[in-house]
Amino acid sequence: MVRIQLVHLAHTRSGDKGDTANVGVIAYDPEHYELLRSQLTPERVKAHFASMVHGGVERFELPNLGALNFLLHGALGGGGTMSLMNDAQGKVFSTALLRMEIEVPADVAEAVRTRGRVPTDWDPRSAGGTE
Amino acid sequence: MSDESRLVRVASGQGFWGDDPEAPVRQVEGGPIDYLMLDYLAEVTMSIMQKQRARDPQAGYARDFVPLMERIFPACLERGVRVVTNAGGVNPLGCAEAVADAGRRAGAAGRAKVGLVSGDDLMDRLDELLRDGHELTHMETGAPLSEVRDRVQSANAYIGAAPIVRALELGADVIVTGRSTDTALTYGPLMHEFGWSADDHDRLAAGVVAGHINECGAQSTGGNCMADWWQVPDLAQVGFPIVEVSPDGTFIVTKHEGSGGWVTRASVTEQIVYEMGDPSTYITPDVIADFTSIQLDDRGNHRVHVHGITGRARTDFLKVSIAYSSGWKATGTLTYAWPDAAAKARAADVILRERLQRLGLHFDEIRTELVGWDSTHGTLAGAPPADLPEVQLRIGVRAEQRSTVERFTREIAPLVLTGPPSVTGFAGGRPRVQEIMAYWPALIRREAVEPHLAVDVKEV
Repeated sequence: MVRIQLVHLAHTRSGDKGDTANVGVIAYDPEHYELLRSQLTPERVKAHFASMVHGGVERFELPNLGALNFLLHGALGGGGTMSLMNDAQGKVFSTALLRMEIEVPADVAEAVRTRGRVPTDWDPRSAGGTE
Repeated sequence: MSDESRLVRVASGQGFWGDDPEAPVRQVEGGPIDYLMLDYLAEVTMSIMQKQRARDPQAGYARDFVPLMERIFPACLERGVRVVTNAGGVNPLGCAEAVADAGRRAGAAGRAKVGLVSGDDLMDRLDELLRDGHELTHMETGAPLSEVRDRVQSANAYIGAAPIVRALELGADVIVTGRSTDTALTYGPLMHEFGWSADDHDRLAAGVVAGHINECGAQSTGGNCMADWWQVPDLAQVGFPIVEVSPDGTFIVTKHEGSGGWVTRASVTEQIVYEMGDPSTYITPDVIADFTSIQLDDRGNHRVHVHGITGRARTDFLKVSIAYSSGWKATGTLTYAWPDAAAKARAADVILRERLQRLGLHFDEIRTELVGWDSTHGTLAGAPPADLPEVQLRIGVRAEQRSTVERFTREIAPLVLTGPPSVTGFAGGRPRVQEIMAYWPALIRREAVEPHLAVDVKEV
């Protein structure tokens, strides 16, 4: 088994409900859903965020979409307009989870090595282009 | 209803108040659609609108919607596109009247009808409701609303699609609502077109999912899409989502041909999980949708087929969005340059906090973040490297008294000459003091609201 960052296995989106951040984690490859499910337990996600999440962590499963949904309670400094955080509505909160290291078989690690990160030779001018 | 091949296309034109003003125009002119839905409201929007209305009785709605309608009214009438929006905010009547005026200016007099949905606003009925035993307890803390009653600024029930369906039956070409639930702006037209009934749970749930995919605009069509974001084509003219719905509730998510962005399994899934709670229990005023039943088939060419959705009966309650004033806040920033940028910023923070203390100011919270280092990943960012080229010090404060926060705003600029060196980026002047509108979510029995809902459809 090899340790790799979640960023290579999943993409995420997050949002807010009051002081709770939601983090949706979606496997790039549906075959990796079970791997994510076994590794991303609520306890480990809570431990990963440590002092950044004051309340509990809940996890919900969406095997139909190859996705997990986490609710991180007490994560947004009071939430809404109360919060003094730059990311008061948790818009990028999910990207902090992408740093988490998980254990995967060596062949999986090799297959996803460049997944999830912009290629080093990518040219920003191509963002304006057409298909 | 007998024609099972009939499609109804509901296009999304606005994902929030302040979204791309050109998007609705592109949706109407860029290809065939039947309905244009525009979502302008978020949790904090109602309280902002309430404050605007307190200053000006004519205000309190998404004013951008009026010039937009003036611009697209002729094309909508010509193409038979009907518009459904919650732009009415806390003043749907004022909004509907302004839209009718805009319609007359656009040459629609005698050719169009504007529908108004009202009654979601509970502000004037709040004491009566409390007296009648509706405690409006906080959904998370369980505290009764009486604790903050005197500071409440707005209170609106999230209402369902019934009034929208009624307005469509009465022939409205444009429907303006207050706090209609976001998804109802999409599934209301579907109920009307297909005759879905209130106990047709699976189809209603499918409409809810279609609405959830529509309600944040381009966030389902390649905008803010994390998966392979660098390959998303032509975001400069991104196509907003369109759901092509069949009478059985299955639908295709797509966008206009030739528009930018992309519709893929990944882009749609990211939107589905956005602001998600328990996915098996997505509660709306009309049905509870089960998002764990959603099946997606990516058919290529920006067409994702959505099917398999199940739902169950609605609850006896409506959610109420209440905002109450809860003190003041301000945020100040300064930029520190290499060498030792982070160390300088940290020193400035210590000095500033000591000055605030010596002034005898009491804050409920002082929060310091280094933008460019830890403002999004917090402690997970680790310690900043000594060669960080620059960092922005960002200090926010929160206090009960406005004057306390005002005093803080005068302490930022002086740091430029009285603190650590190599500092810039203060040209914007003193930080702005903002009133905090705290959010109080509650539930109310639906019979306390629904008899008060009114639908009024008038010729332009």
